[in-house]
Amino acid sequence: MSIDIDTARKVAKLSRIRVEEGDLPDLAEKLSSILGFMEQLKDVDVTGVEPMTSVTPMRLKRRVDVISDGNQQAAVLKNAPDAREGFFAVPKVVE
Amino acid sequence: MSADMGGANGWTVAGARDALRKGEVTAVDLTMACLTAMDAGDVLNAFVHKTPELALEQARAADARLAGGDAPSLCGIPVGVKDLFAVKGVPTQAGSNILRGFRPEYESTVTTKLWEAGAVCLGKLNMDEFAMGSSNESSCYGPAVNPWKVDDRRLTPGGSSGGSAAAVAADLCLAALGTDTGGSIRQPAAFCGITGIKPTYGRVSRWGIVAYASSLDQAGPMTRTVRDAAIMLGAISGHDAKDSTSAELAVPDFEAALTGDIRGKKIGIAREYRLDGMPTEIAALWDRGMEMMRDAGAEIVDISLPHAKYALPTYYIIAPAEASSNLARYDGVRYGHRAKLAQGDGITEMYEKTRAEGFGPEVQRRIMAGTYVLSAGFYDAYYNRARKVRALIKCDFEQAFAAGIDAILAPATPSSAFGLGEQGGADPVEMYLNDVFTVTLNLAGLPGIAVPVGLDAKGLPLGLQLIGRPWEEAELLNHAYVLERAAGFVAKPAKWW
Repeated sequence: MSIDIDTARKVAKLSRIRVEEGDLPDLAEKLSSILGFMEQLKDVDVTGVEPMTSVTPMRLKRRVDVISDGNQQAAVLKNAPDAREGFFAVPKVVE
Repeated sequence: MSADMGGANGWTVAGARDALRKGEVTAVDLTMACLTAMDAGDVLNAFVHKTPELALEQARAADARLAGGDAPSLCGIPVGVKDLFAVKGVPTQAGSNILRGFRPEYESTVTTKLWEAGAVCLGKLNMDEFAMGSSNESSCYGPAVNPWKVDDRRLTPGGSSGGSAAAVAADLCLAALGTDTGGSIRQPAAFCGITGIKPTYGRVSRWGIVAYASSLDQAGPMTRTVRDAAIMLGAISGHDAKDSTSAELAVPDFEAALTGDIRGKKIGIAREYRLDGMPTEIAALWDRGMEMMRDAGAEIVDISLPHAKYALPTYYIIAPAEASSNLARYDGVRYGHRAKLAQGDGITEMYEKTRAEGFGPEVQRRIMAGTYVLSAGFYDAYYNRARKVRALIKCDFEQAFAAGIDAILAPATPSSAFGLGEQGGADPVEMYLNDVFTVTLNLAGLPGIAVPVGLDAKGLPLGLQLIGRPWEEAELLNHAYVLERAAGFVAKPAKWW
């Protein structure tokens, strides 16, 4: 399976990573190499095999649905690139 | 003793622990010896954020505990921490520019346990960006350098825990924390001539460790001896309610398990690991390892892991898929880097520019490869198929263990350390092949340990790997202890830095 430039552009968009037009051919080539490597899995007979969903057969614990933490606004915002008036600030989202 | 502290930074954890408890050395002296060695070793680029003030404060507290007769296993032992662990107030960047300036407001469970056990934090250690790499070259700090050197070239310490391996091998600290998603503890340990263990998935809490591939990530110790690994693993293991995959199992006394007696144990040798074109030195090392185990009274048994050869492609679907989801959180909003925006840029431009500037090329590729295999139309063909093959890989091991195999012996790496800049420049897959012997057991969730066994013709260290039954790290460490004693690996890199 080979990734063409349009597919590379689409995957970059889905990944929310800006890739300049001039860099797309190299990206497409490297992604093709990675995906080509994965093609080997087509040789495996997986008929009737359930996909693995848990590394060890354990039931994930559920905690009681109660508030366990909170009142840490300052700590939560401490590392934000732009925090104002107790909120994370971002560019305009809705016109 | 404290009058002449020369070389204390090169002690084992066990040796230093005993000397500290006997009062032959203080934690402050031991810490000072490491801080001096760290400053002299800057050219190795192993420590990327040093914490001398925190170290001395913790060392003084350790000395007070020792004086009071309260000396837990790591009391006063100076260690380094991979940059992937959140240490409160200390830069934690996962080797990435996207987390530049990030100082966590919380402490990872593993480091919390280390400090409670009295360990001293010397600083943060270099690594491949987000633990994605096998040479430490994808780090935003530039690569750590292997202290082993045989010609003009600078060699990779391996990756992703390259800084941890280099620091332990160069005696900058007594032990270090690493993490292992596809071999990131065992491959650098082998390249630097030290010991590194990846515990069973769920043995050690992942809480507070920057996530790469959550179903594969495990933290573990990187040390100079098997005994040191046993001591440190005991300190960091155990159930943690903050990690839902953390196992509610008692933690055995790993050090007490080091009896050196493996008589009657069955050691599996998987024929699928004997790869076409395997270097004769690696094959010879493996044969020697078998002989050592046989001489110790173990039985060598030929086994088959028929799906082992599909482990690498399976890993390179599952790990990027999980990474593409985990790394979605780096969006320039809550922490780390945000790109400068142009007039009229909206939130999508902010995401795209921030992530393009903040992530390095290999991380970008893995996020995109992961996004692709999870996208509509390809999910079944790639991701779901990989999860099915993963089930088959795990089943191979279960059948071997059900047939009575106690541990599996394999090479740790397909070569000794290579030169920085020599691999993966043109084709990323070339670098991925470094993980051929290590990824299998991450997929199966099994414990594995790399032990230095010899030097190659160039004079560089080579390691062997032992793979254990789930939750049987104690037995695995004992097997490794036998291998370590038989190999008698005592070589150290000649100091050039």
